This record gives sequence, C-alpha cells and structure tokens, in this order.
Amino acid sequence: MSSPARLYRKLEGLFSVFKPSGIHWKLVRDTIEANLLKEINAAPSPAPKLEVNFQALPSGESGTTKELIMAATQLPVLSASPQVRGPRYRTLKVGVGHRLDAFSSGVLVLGVGQANRALAEFYSSPVTRDYTLEGEFGMATDDFSYTGRIIERTTFDHITLEKLEKILAMIQGGHQKALITYSGVDLQSQEAYELAVHGMLQPHSKSPPILTGLRCIHFQPPHFTLEAQCVNETQRYLRKLIHEVGLELRSSAVCRGVRRIRDGPFGLQEALTRQHWTASDIRRGIKVHRSMLKAFSKVSDSTRAEKAQSKQRYQKTGTADDSTANITATTPKHLHSATEEAAENVSP
Amino acid sequence: MFSPSMHFCQRCLRLLRRGMISIITIKHPTNYVAALQQPLDYHKTSMRRMCSSFTPHLNLHSGQRSSKISIGRLGVGALRGLCESVTQHGQVKQHDCEEPEAKMLIPHKQGQAPSRKVPLTTLVDLEDIPRLSALEEISDEEAVQIVVPHALPPTSFSLGDYVDKSDTLTKLVQLGVELWKLEQQRNVGSMLVRLDFQSDVAPRLLFLKDLGLQDGQLGSIITTNPFILTERLDKLKARVSYLKSKKFSTNSIASMVSKAPYLLNFNVKRLDNRLGFYQDTLGLNPEKTRDIITRLPRLLCGSLEPVKENLKVYELEFGFRTGEIQHMVTEVPKMLTANKTKLSKIFDYIHNTMGIPHSLIAKFPQVLNAQFLRIKERHLFLKYLGRAQYDPAEPNYVSLDRLVALPDDVFCTSVALATVDDFECFQKTL
Repeated sequence: MSSPARLYRKLEGLFSVFKPSGIHWKLVRDTIEANLLKEINAAPSPAPKLEVNFQALPSGESGTTKELIMAATQLPVLSASPQVRGPRYRTLKVGVGHRLDAFSSGVLVLGVGQANRALAEFYSSPVTRDYTLEGEFGMATDDFSYTGRIIERTTFDHITLEKLEKILAMIQGGHQKALITYSGVDLQSQEAYELAVHGMLQPHSKSPPILTGLRCIHFQPPHFTLEAQCVNETQRYLRKLIHEVGLELRSSAVCRGVRRIRDGPFGLQEALTRQHWTASDIRRGIKVHRSMLKAFSKVSDSTRAEKAQSKQRYQKTGTADDSTANITATTPKHLHSATEEAAENVSP
Repeated sequence: MFSPSMHFCQRCLRLLRRGMISIITIKHPTNYVAALQQPLDYHKTSMRRMCSSFTPHLNLHSGQRSSKISIGRLGVGALRGLCESVTQHGQVKQHDCEEPEAKMLIPHKQGQAPSRKVPLTTLVDLEDIPRLSALEEISDEEAVQIVVPHALPPTSFSLGDYVDKSDTLTKLVQLGVELWKLEQQRNVGSMLVRLDFQSDVAPRLLFLKDLGLQDGQLGSIITTNPFILTERLDKLKARVSYLKSKKFSTNSIASMVSKAPYLLNFNVKRLDNRLGFYQDTLGLNPEKTRDIITRLPRLLCGSLEPVKENLKVYELEFGFRTGEIQHMVTEVPKMLTANKTKLSKIFDYIHNTMGIPHSLIAKFPQVLNAQFLRIKERHLFLKYLGRAQYDPAEPNYVSLDRLVALPDDVFCTSVALATVDDFECFQKTL
C-alpha cells in the first residue's frame, strides 16, 4: 500500500459495526482504533532523511603536498528514524454515534477523522432506530433484564397473542399522541394534517423516547419478540417497555435481549462483525456508506430548511414472522427513500 | 577631538586594563599564534570566526574534546553574546560579564585608535591578542578543522536531540533498540545518554551473546529492560550460574531471558524463593517445574500473590482436584497468571451453560485461556444447528480444543458443516 498518510485519508469515513452483547461500546471503539493504528503504522514510511557529511580522506603522498581530499557522503539522520521518533500516528479520532449499553447488541455507527463532523450531524438528526426486543413472561427483575435480581414470579398461561397485540396497539396509540405533542405543531392547522398524513411528524430533540412503530414478530409463551421503531430512546427504556408490557398483561416480563437492527440508513447487512474490524474491511464499509452519507447530509439540510416539502415513505414488512429458525436477520425495508429521494433530487 | 597626547583618566585606565586582563587569562590555543601579531580591531571581528573557534564541551564520555575555549581570538564586543551562549550550555566560566563597561568604553577608544599610537600599544603589550578578519585567508587544513558546534540542549524530552552526536545511542539504534519507548520512562533517557559504549554497554552485550542470544534479540531485550545495562556483571554471572546449578540448560536460560528480559535483574535470593514456591505448591517433579518455568519465565519475575489466588480459585471455587490442576498447569502455564474475573466468567459458562464436566475441562485446559465471546458464539451456533455435542461417549462429538482453537473458516466447514457467511449472519442475530 502507500504511505501511512494516504492510508489514513482512505480510512476517513463513516461505517457501522455489529457490537456484541456484553461489551462496553468504548471497548469496541478502542479496539477499532488500535487495529487501525496498527495497520496505518505498518504501512511503509517515506525514505529516511539524509544528511550530507564531509569526511577528509588521507592524501596519497604524505608529507610533501598536503592535498585534502574531501568525500561527500549522505548518511541517514538517525534522529528522524522511526526507532527514535516512534510511530507516525499515535492516536486516531474515532467517534461513536448513537451509543449502545453493554447489555445490548447491534448496529453501532462509528466515524474516523474528518468524518466525525458528519457523525455529529448524523447524531443530532431526527433519524429513527429499529430494535428487536426479546422478552420472557413469568418473572420481573430490578433492572428489567434476565441478569438482574428477581423481584416476582407470575403465571402467564392466560396470555394470548390477541391480548398482546391489543396492549401493543394501546401503547403505540399513546406514543402517537406524544409524537404530535412533541413535534411542536398546532394540531388544528392544515400544516399539521399534511405532516401527519405523510408520516412526517418528528419530535424535537428534547422529547422523551417515542415509539413510532411497535409490533410483535414472534410469540411462543413464555418467549416473545417485539420490533420497535423509536427516536430519542435509551436501551434501558426499551427493557422497561418489555416490563410494562408484562404488567399490562397482568403478568410480568423480563427482557432477554435488545438488538439494534437499524440506525438511520445504517442497516444490519453492512455492519462489520468482530472478525472484520480491520483496516481493509473498514475501508470497504466506508465506500458502501459514502454515497449514502453524501445524500444524507443533503437531505438533512433540506429537511431542516423545508420540512413539509420532501416525501418520506415509511414501509413496514408484512405479517409477523413466527419462526425462530431464521438465520438471516429480519431487516425491514428502512428509511431508504430519504436518501434515494435526495439522490434523485441531486441528479436531475 | 582627541590629540595624540591625550591621557586617560585613572578610572578608564583601570577599566581598560581589567578588560584586557580578563580576556587574557583565558587560554587560547597555540595554533593561533600566527594571528597574534595583527593589530587589535574589534569592529571587524566576525561572529563566524568566533563561533568556529568555539568548541563546546560535551558531557558525553565518548567525545574526546577538550575544554579549550579560544576566546583569545574574540573581540570583546562579541564577548557578551558569547557569555550568553556559553552559559546556555551550562558551563560556568571563570570570567563573568563584567565587560559591559569595558565594551562600551573600548569601541569608543578604538574608534580613535589610528589617531593615537602610544596609549594603545602600552595597553596591549601584556599579550598580543589575535584578531580575526573575515577576509583573512587560511589554509585548507585549517578550514577543514573548523567545526561548527551543534547547540546540544542541556535538557530535552527526546533522545532524538542527542542520538546523532552520541556514540552509545547511535550504536544502540543500530542494534535495534526502540529509543522512543525508552524515553517515555522516567530517568531512562538520561541513563542511556550517560553510558559509555565501550566500558558499559559492550561487556553486557557480549555477556548476553555468551548466554546464547542472537544479535537480533539483543535490541528487543534492551528495549524491554534497559536496566540490564546498569546491572553489575558479576551479579549477572552469579545469577546465571545459579540457574545452571538448578539444572536449567543453556538454551532454556537463553530463551527465558529473551521472553522475560527482567529475569536477570532479580537477585539470587528472589529467584530461589520463587523456584522454591513453585516446586512446593505445584507438587510436580523438578523436571516438569523447570519446563513450566522455561515456557513462562515471567512467573519468576512477577508477584506470587495472583498465582496463589488463582490456585485457590481453581481448588475452592471451581472444584478441581489437585491432580487435575497439576495437569492443567503443565499443559497451559498461563493459567497461573490469568485474570480471575475472566476465568470465573468462562468457567461458569462452560460448566453451567454448556454443561461440561470437570474431567473434560481438565483434559482441555486451553478453553479457560480462550476468549469468552468466541466460546459463546460458537457454542450457540452449534446449538442452533443441533451439533452441540460435547460428550465423548456420544456420536458427533465436538472436542473442546477444536471448538476453541480452530480458525473460523476451518471451524465452520469441518465442525459446524456450514459456511462462514452463515456464521456471520448468525452472529448478527445474537
């Protein structure tokens, strides 16, 4: 490859990794920074700096004619060698977008170098995130996850899918109302109607967690799986949601896993697993997202300027998938049109 | 204006004399005798010539430079600047800058020098001060001998300032020592700069070579342990002879030093104490103990408390028998210094979740050394595929070492009978 600086330039971009459960997000960021540094510093550095030295050679005939023969030699300057200076890059600016707590797993967006600016924009933009929440009926714990201290145990025979879906619809209704409240539009106006019709209502950044979508994708008591699209959320809130679903069903439930399957335009398919946290794979991931990123920044500018104008389609996949034996993760078609529309707008 | 018959006042005279004397008390080299006969002309003193004749005294032992300071050539007008540059180099001179008065006075006087003849010659008749002229022609040999001094800083954060000038540092860099790592430690940089290659470093390098170490290994050993260069040679030899008396072969001693460079910095008593501890607690025969120590020599360097705690953990918390612990430690000596929390986490998962009995874990101790996530993901993948069978008595048995030690592609194809893409997709569902 080329010099360390060239390699670093190629690595500046946004990419997503799959964070395994049980690991702090900072450890992921540090591991990736260490891997990138190792590869960047391993790249061949430019030629060593040479210094001209003059050495006086002894003349042929000694004594009579004192002619000095000077030899000019070029020797490498040791103070510029990597052994004395050390590696050219000692730290890299690797930033993390929307964080995931240690219990959760899923898509984690990272940015390197100059791309951290775009990452900051992305972080503050009103994108939604998709989660898969696995729950188990029958017990309640203090931190809403199955690793916590059990507070109570209940029966769950009376729970049916119908009852569960009723509860979910009720919760979603409540959140829709909250969405209207926190989006800051006057409910009586035509503008509010237009936005609501197109699904364009967006809560401002200071709102509490709002679920824009909630459904059950797997139900086999005591285990069940929910899918939630949300904004301004924390993973603890989602675990609490499972707990509340259990309470609403006159039972109790505990969360067995929180998995983020989409973060804005970053989906599960392009997320890099642990084996691929290397410079070459990250470069590939950056390329995949680069066009998406360009379109996204344009869209975020335009949406900030004129909210009601752009079309945003929100698609849901079909019926609930009952089978567990599904290796390929269920990735619903996400907010792709936001970026695609912008791409269309850009290239007339 | 001044007339030739002008007399100086007493005070001026005294000052003038003092100025001259202070210049003259400093030695100047004999090869400038030829230039002595020229008349004093301070205005035409060139800084370049002044600098060229100033050879700094370096604190490096390797340099054989003398502390000659040929200020005799210098004009007093430039002396002030020189004083500053000289004190910058941390060298205290006999004279201090009492020249300012002289400096101010003399140029005035010298401005009228050609008009007067008598007073100046009487003043400078103490010793002729050589004067320099930029237009003066000198021979090639003399020109070659002009050395432009490098202003070596007296203190620095980096060894890069001294490496080109210091013989020791240059040779260490050529050996392969990473100076950038060493200069981050306190005092190590100063220590290295003060070493003399011939008398300090070379004997120890030869000693290490006698042990059987290769040239390529010497650099990394000094990078890890620079204090081997300040350890007394007789003590080093005593420790090696002690290890030989404990029947460690020469090859094993060499490999131990290359793996744990701090080994020979510990005194005989400490080495003896540790060897005794391992001999007593592990309860193995001396040959096996030697084998463990040879493979993991940092057992002799570090503290014994973590080792004691780990042994307690294996015995009381995990419930392994003594024989099993002995077998595990001979297979994987790193278990003695492993992290307790990681060990507990892995053992809990393997024993309680995967359901593997103690006897099987004792047979494959490398699982306790593996990464937790790797074990978890691979086990869950096999469980999903219905191939998580760890009982040797049953068919389709998957041994623990294959579960843990195989690389991903080999594991997927031979153990799980699936593709690597399937495994990655599965990882994303966890």
